[in-house]
Order: sequence, then structure tokens, then C-alpha cells
Amino acid sequence: MISWKDKKEFWIAGARIADPAAKKIRSGCLLVRKGAIAEIAWQKEVDTDLPVLDAAGMLLAPGFVDVHAHLREPGHEEKETVATGTAAAAAGGYTAVCCMANTDPVVDDPSVVEYIRCRAAEADNCRVYPIAALTKGLGGEVISEYRLLRDAGAVALSDDGRWVENSRTMRTALEYAGMFDLPVVSHCEDHRLTANAQMHEGFQSTRLGLKGWPAAAEEIAVDRDVRLAELTGSRLHLAHLSTAGSVKILKAAKRAGVRVTAEVTPHHLTMDDSMLETYDRNLKVNPPLRGGTDIAALRAALRDGTIDCIATDHAPHTEIDKQVEFNYAPPGMIGLQTAFALLHTELVLTGELELVDLVRLLTLGPAETLGLPGGRLQAGDPADLVLIDTDEEWVFEKEAILSLSRNTPLVGRRFTGRVQGIFLEGNWRSVILDG
Amino acid sequence: MQFKRKDLLGLEYLTAEEINLILETAGSFKEVLDRKVKKVPALRGVTVANVFYEPSTRTRMSFELAEKRLSADVINFSKATSSVAKGETLRDTVENIQAMKVDIVVMRHGSSGAHRFMSEFLDASIVNAGDGQHEHPTQALLDMLTLRQRWGTFTGKKVTIIGDIMHSRVARSNIWGLTKLGAQVTLCGPPTMMPVDIEKLGEGGVSVEYDLRKAVAEADAINILRIQLERQDARLLPSSREYFEVFGVGPEALRAAPEHCLVMHPGPMNRGVEISQEIADGDRAVILEQVTNGVAARMAVLFLIAGGKIEEDDIQ
Ligand SMILES: [Zn+2]
Repeated sequence: MISWKDKKEFWIAGARIADPAAKKIRSGCLLVRKGAIAEIAWQKEVDTDLPVLDAAGMLLAPGFVDVHAHLREPGHEEKETVATGTAAAAAGGYTAVCCMANTDPVVDDPSVVEYIRCRAAEADNCRVYPIAALTKGLGGEVISEYRLLRDAGAVALSDDGRWVENSRTMRTALEYAGMFDLPVVSHCEDHRLTANAQMHEGFQSTRLGLKGWPAAAEEIAVDRDVRLAELTGSRLHLAHLSTAGSVKILKAAKRAGVRVTAEVTPHHLTMDDSMLETYDRNLKVNPPLRGGTDIAALRAALRDGTIDCIATDHAPHTEIDKQVEFNYAPPGMIGLQTAFALLHTELVLTGELELVDLVRLLTLGPAETLGLPGGRLQAGDPADLVLIDTDEEWVFEKEAILSLSRNTPLVGRRFTGRVQGIFLEGNWRSVILDG
Repeated sequence: MQFKRKDLLGLEYLTAEEINLILETAGSFKEVLDRKVKKVPALRGVTVANVFYEPSTRTRMSFELAEKRLSADVINFSKATSSVAKGETLRDTVENIQAMKVDIVVMRHGSSGAHRFMSEFLDASIVNAGDGQHEHPTQALLDMLTLRQRWGTFTGKKVTIIGDIMHSRVARSNIWGLTKLGAQVTLCGPPTMMPVDIEKLGEGGVSVEYDLRKAVAEADAINILRIQLERQDARLLPSSREYFEVFGVGPEALRAAPEHCLVMHPGPMNRGVEISQEIADGDRAVILEQVTNGVAARMAVLFLIAGGKIEEDDIQ
């Protein structure tokens, strides 16, 4: 069957091809030559002497791009490494992942950027684009060396996990980043309003006796950052938006022409704060799982384009990290391996989101947001592709987790739609269909 | 009716029938406490571990007395959470308890949900003696036992809880317990200590009133919570004298309440902060009755939790 596997030139035939730029899913055949997309023929079959991969019944799309993941290396290799994190990413259909700067040491020095890229090249699972620290040591006071970091390969700047409280520092960071057109990714949280907070502030936090994280703590931060983006004219990207109020501010800012983009995570789209009644530490994330009104607003913002992309905020923690009382557990859940299946099952099959829009939000959306390559089906571009069986029903088993950590509430969940594998520069990788 | 639960994690998870069963059982144990020989063999051969991660003299003593009155074997373990590595001890404790073949663990812990966490790993029954700001079910049960002895029924009765509702596990357990049995609960305290949407907790039986005099105007009982200024993670109040001025229960505030209104306090009291001297010692206070009932209520809980492991006639 896999006669095309080591070929320099082959057709992928019979698939439905999702083209996010054209906003269309059509039957087509795609020719891969020397690792690049050579041609797309919008027809069911091709007449050719070249090897053909029969992808009948499958969905072929550009490989997914994640603009927000924590690969934990260097410094927390017990939670995740670049190799294990990218293996999970590839299994989830991702051909490119941006990793956050809160490692140890922090990604505030070009050598750390180079180190991560080196590890990624060794692992060779998917592309890795490091995001560098916005301020030195994530300290929130002194901006880091954006030009040197960019030249080493950093694609954006972020103190993710910490909001830059000092407005003057944030202004400086945006102004200086603007010179290199590097996007500034902001984790919006007024930390004074969220001190010791464990979950979304609302009826459920009252019921469970856990300290609340009010929506206003995010919205205050979003509002300030949007105003500073307007003041400086620089590119601002809002990480993991979680509230209806944030969506409202974002919408108004976009209408006013501010250069702002935003992401939302699969878990904020599909899980709510009432699930915390079991005190499951794997449901503790930051920002916290919100209520139904927020979820509805986030979903609407996906449909109307207010939110630009879906990002996983894949945040591995070991079992021991999470095997503690709720208030001592570090926030975060892994998500690279399940993002598509979860969203396809909960949003596409329920009619809340078109399949082509989900593909766009996982490909072109994130690529454009941070100005990355990929996310398109363009002749001449690297053949970074994902092959999906949208009908396959499967259960996410703990043993199948490729991430080093297993902190996900989704173990045992039944999904419809499964990533079969990716092509990375035309090379097939799969954890299911082993050739 | 038989009590079928392995653990007592909170009153939210119990039905009205189960709560009534505990209160009835507690009523019969109260008679035991009036006897000359205040001991029954009901828990003979049962090992109970009292595990206290937060300092507590009253609750721990009350449980220990209840256990001894039931002839259980008792071990005590207390440790302040602040002095040990986060979370580490709880897992160790679980393993130790498992190895020691303890039957019932009575635990107090500063983290909401800690008991739920324990129950994931432990075969022994768990009785919640207070978890964070979540539940303190046996306190609510003893409060309810005290009221039940006076009233006979909860239907149509009105209870006002005054103080720091946000950080109070006593308030939450009382809300669930009282509303399930048909009482109405009014909450009164500073808005900085009133958690969002608390009215939704008791299925229609809960309201919030910030004016103390209005809050007690129709109360059949008031339950005054201890104000712990030292425990707030942010300054939620300007001072204790201002608190007493606005929410402290003294003779004048009590005059706004009906003649028959009972005064409760889970203790220990801060006289002059949330309650005045004359009210604490006054004839409407049932605070010492609460203490006595605490032993009976805890005996009932332990007895019912151990149910199935012991013979019914052990109580005789
Ligand atoms: Zn973040």
C-alpha cells in the first residue's frame, strides 16, 4: 500500500481537500514533489504513472499550527521535552508549534532559542517556533533583546503566565517590538484581582468554596493592552481569551482598526466551571474554565471572525504535580493530541461550527496571526499536511498519550474524527497507520 | 432506613431523609450522654483516626469524645499545613492510613475538596471535619440538632446567618442542611464577605440582607459566625470596632428580632466583635447546648458511617 512512501514525487488522491484560504472543501488530488506542494487538481482522480496514495474518504488539509504550547524544555524535562511534546503535536495533526518562553532558563537569551530549535531538529516531529520572553526573566520590568532573539529564530514575544503589570513597560515593549514587527502575546490577568484564585468566580466557586478568578481581571488587562496597542500601533495578540467581556472589547478594538488578534483554547470552548464539582485538578487551568454565557460568546466570536485562531495552551504537568489538593495543583492541561477530535466532536458535529472554519482556525488563522509560514495550500510551499478520517470513532486512552505528562480530563472520552497522520515536507508520519 | 454512604463529605450530597436519619440517631445518642455510664459498644473494634491539618481544639475534642463514647480505638494526628511541603503530607498520610488499616478517618484540612481528593485513594471511610471554605457538615448537623430539639420541625422556620459568609464552611453546610429540611435562610454580612450568587445555593430558600436589623426581624434563630480578621487574604474590613457597629449582635440588634429568637454561635466567640457579652451569656443563647449536641451528632455520624460493619443491637 505504501509504495508512495519514500518517493520524491507522489499524488495524494481521492481525498476531500480543505482549503482554508478559499473557505472551501472540495474533492481533489494533490501532487507532492521534493517535499513541496507541486499541484492541486480539483478532481476526484488523476491519471498518472507516479505513485498514488489512495486517500479516499479522508480529509486532507494544511497541517495545523499551534501558536501557544508549553514544551517545558529546557528546565522541566520531567513534565515534557521538545521531543515528546512535538510527538504529541504530530499525532494531533500539528505540523508547527510555537512554544512559550517560561522555561528554565527563560527564553530571554538567543542561546535558549537556538537550544530549543536544535532539540526540535533532532526530534524531527514537527516544526517548532520559539516565542521569546517579552521582558528579561519574565520579570515584567526590562525588555529583552528582541532583535537578537528574532535573529536566533523567535517568532513572537510573551511573558505568558504573567501579565506585564507595569503599563509603562508594556508600552515600551510594544513600541520596541513594533520596530521588528514582532507580535507581542499577552496573557491578560490582573494578578491582584486573582491572588490565590482557583477557578472562575461565580456560583460554582461559591458552591465549592474555592476562591474565584473574576472575569473582570481578564477584561481590565485586555482593555489596557488594547489601548496600548492603539497608542503604539504595534501588533498585539491576546492569549487564551476566556470571557464574553473580553470578546466585546476585542470586537470594538478591531472595528477601530487596532492591530490586535486573539486565540481561544479548545477547553475554554467545550468545558465549563460546573465540571469542577469533582475537584479534578486536571480541570484547573489559567484562565479558569468559565460559565455558559462566556462559552457561548467565545463560540460566536469564532464564527464571526472576532477570534482569529484556536491555540491549545498545551501545559504539561506530571501526575505528582497534580496529585495534590486542588489549591496546590499547578494550572494547565495538555491538549495537542486531542484538539481537533474534541472540537470536531463538540462543535462541528453539533452544527455550531463549519468543518472548513475549524480547519481555518487551526491552520491559516494561527499562521496569519503570528505571521508564520504554513496554513495554506499553495504550490511551492512545503508539503506540511494533515490527513484526517472525520468519521472514525475512537476512545482517547491513557496509554496512547504521547506527551510525557497525562494531565488531561479527556482520558476515556469517545471522539468522532481522528487525525491519521501528518506529512512534514512530504514525509509521512503517523502513530496510527504505520507504514 | 439505612445509611448507605461510605463517606460524609458534606451536606450538599445528602438527601433530606439521610439528614433526618442522622438527626434522629443523634437524638437517641443524646440520651446515652445523660446516662451514668456514657458508653456504648457500637464501634468496638473499629479504628478511627483523627487527622487535623488545621488547629482545632473544639471539633477535635468533640470527635474524640464521640469516638470514645462509642468504644472505638482512636488515634490522633495533627499537623499544621503551613509547616510542611505542599500536598506532600496528604499523600503520605493516605499511604500511612492505608497501611495502618484504619476504618474511619475524621479529617480537617485547609483546602476545599481535600476530602474528595483523599476518598479517591482511600478504602477507609472519611468524615469531613471541615475542608477549606467548603463544608463543615457535623457543625451544621449539631446546629440543626439543637434547633430540632426546640422546634420539632424545620418547615417554615427562618434562620439568619451573620458574618463572613464567603470564608465560612459552617455557613455553606448550614445552608444546604437547613434548606433541604424546609427552613429559610437569610444571610447577613459585609458585601466584601458575601460570595457571588450565594442565593442560588439553597434551591430558593436563601436570601441576602445587608441590614442587620431587617435580617433578624423575622428570624426564629440567628447563627453568628466568628470573624477572623487575621485570616482574610486581603483587608476586607476596616476594623473590628466598625464591624461590631454594623454587624455585631448586641442587645439593641437583638431587640429587632422576635422574642423567641434563639442565638447560636459555632465558637470560639470573639466577644465584643461579632457578639456582645450579654448576648453570649443571655437566656436566648443555646451555645452550650450546641457543644453538648456536637458529641451526639458526631456519634450518630460515626455510627451510621460504620453501619454494616457492626451489629444493630450494639447501641443497646
Ligand atoms: Zn497564559
